[in-house]
Amino acid sequence: MSAEHTQRLAPFSRGQCIVLGCLAAAPLLERVIPSLQLSSPLRTVIVFAIMALGLNIVVGWTGLLNLGIAAFAAIGAYTFGILTCETYPFQVGFWWGILLAGIVGAFAGWLLGAPTLRLRGDYLAIVTLGFGEIVQDGLKNLEVITKGTQGINPLPAPSFFGTVLTSENNVQWFYLYLAILVVIVWLMRNLEFSRLGRQWFAVREDELAARCMAICPDKTKLKAFAAGAAMAALSGALGASLLSSTGEPSNYDFQISILALCIVIVGGIGSITGVLLGAIVMVGLNVVVLPNIAESLQRNGIGSTSNVFSAPNNYKFLIFGLALVLMMRYRPDGLIQTKKAVRS
Amino acid sequence: MTDTEVFLQQVIYGLSNGMIIALVALGYTMVYGIVELINFAHGDVFTLGGFVALTIVGTLGAAAILDPATLGDASNWWLLVGLVLACGVFCGVLNAAIDRIVYKPLRRAPKLTQLVAAIGVSFILVNIALFWGGTPMKVFGGGSAAAASKDFPELLEGSNLLGEESNVVLRLEDVSVFLITIPLMIGLTLFVRKTRLGRGMRATAQNPVGAQLMGIDTDRVISATFIIGGFLAGAASVMWSLYNNTISFQMGFRAGMDAFTAAVLGGIGSLPGAMVGGLLIGVIRAMSDQYIETRWTNVVVFSVLILILVFRPSGLLGMKQREKV
Repeated sequence: MSAEHTQRLAPFSRGQCIVLGCLAAAPLLERVIPSLQLSSPLRTVIVFAIMALGLNIVVGWTGLLNLGIAAFAAIGAYTFGILTCETYPFQVGFWWGILLAGIVGAFAGWLLGAPTLRLRGDYLAIVTLGFGEIVQDGLKNLEVITKGTQGINPLPAPSFFGTVLTSENNVQWFYLYLAILVVIVWLMRNLEFSRLGRQWFAVREDELAARCMAICPDKTKLKAFAAGAAMAALSGALGASLLSSTGEPSNYDFQISILALCIVIVGGIGSITGVLLGAIVMVGLNVVVLPNIAESLQRNGIGSTSNVFSAPNNYKFLIFGLALVLMMRYRPDGLIQTKKAVRS
Repeated sequence: MTDTEVFLQQVIYGLSNGMIIALVALGYTMVYGIVELINFAHGDVFTLGGFVALTIVGTLGAAAILDPATLGDASNWWLLVGLVLACGVFCGVLNAAIDRIVYKPLRRAPKLTQLVAAIGVSFILVNIALFWGGTPMKVFGGGSAAAASKDFPELLEGSNLLGEESNVVLRLEDVSVFLITIPLMIGLTLFVRKTRLGRGMRATAQNPVGAQLMGIDTDRVISATFIIGGFLAGAASVMWSLYNNTISFQMGFRAGMDAFTAAVLGGIGSLPGAMVGGLLIGVIRAMSDQYIETRWTNVVVFSVLILILVFRPSGLLGMKQREKV
């Protein structure tokens, strides 16, 4: 037993403290510069951070490529919708809703993973991609249950000790989501150094060697898959509560899966701090920077909706694509490199 | 229409679409056979082929070389062949350039790194197609709605070759798909079987290091593979645009997934497998459209893909010691 293992684990690493602290301080910046609207888009950043942390378990820690993580977010969002919307008979409320969404998500991950996890890496990637498309089309076509392209609405906002948050309580809402994120980061950090976490790393590094150490790769992978799916489903539920609607099924398309993958890869594959940073950079670009550029262009009369080149939103694919290609070429371990990745 | 006629009609649709899917699938399977990479960007190379075709047609139309009154004229046959060649060459060169710039430096990297890079390229190409849709040309709707689907003009006459009183419709377009794709497939098979470069490809697919030791320039072989795969995708894009009369910047995603499913169904790495798989997927799609519901067709295709991968990952024609490329 090395000293490292007997040592008590600090609840958060230094990097995590810095990133979470910066997030917590963001609404203060809003006070200083009132024109800056931060707490509302930052809630979206948190939702994507949770999804990407789930994907990080699968891609970063276990080394399986999942291209259909958005499907699990969709499953979570629709579970939350069906369980909480007033037009359905359940109406379990926000907290039970997100909890059950996570559980249903884990079950869905287990259901997809059980038969397919034996497949080779690139084949598994394609299966998860196909699953993403099946879930989207399934949700769209099962109108009786899911209301098709309308989406399920209205959905409840979080309630906290009897107070229900409304759209005016953006800051409180942000801090509530931040608190959920902090709890998840704490859980993830403990998971990373737990027996299960080390089993995931072992399977990622060398499946045969892991098997020799009496680790069953199939079971280990399945746990990673289910855990990742549960987190994605939770993020889907949180996102649906934010919009007060599940949105239409095509909101959970391949682009969203790729956005989550970009977050993990750009931030630093396998690193919790990296994923948080990646979420701030990529989603911030998506929901804060690009809309702001578009708005300022419009205000100055440069941006016209008729010209495809002048809308910043049209560069999204290009930016994602370049980010993936350049990262793979020059820094395949991401902005924040984990010690393990450097060693291998 | 009797049941038999409905069935026959769907078979015609299915086989025509299947031939096009097979052409795209060949590109996936050849590249996979040689470098073991799922070339995710292949479908989007196909998309750009469609945009090149529409640009050429639009330019010819604007220059009054292409007269709308001559639809079904013999001259349009040559135009069609010219389009297939032009788009084929464009996509072939593009595909090889992508390989040189993006994939080649990553050749020794883990497979997932290469796959993620390929997804990145795919997104870049989608964005290029989106911008291309904003071209201020008449055929692109003046370029104001870049993201909208573009109509692809009917180049060939639309009358029924089986006679106007027949319920089963066989148009010149259906026939042209076969007239273009079958020679391409025969040519490809002969190329791989008979030529020196083709032998080099088969050797590289079996064992790249061994092939290199035997004096085969594997870099050249890989480039040739990407050029041929791209050429077939370009040819397929012309046929697809003509057959469906519409193109959009995202069409490569669905077409690519269908083609990849076909390649896996036939046994990835196997040329006859890709052809059979393409035809099967085309027919499955057509039958699902008719006998289940159009909106469930994608679910059916993806379910087929998952079931094959789970129960028979080597595909229908793939063997354990499979003949790749």
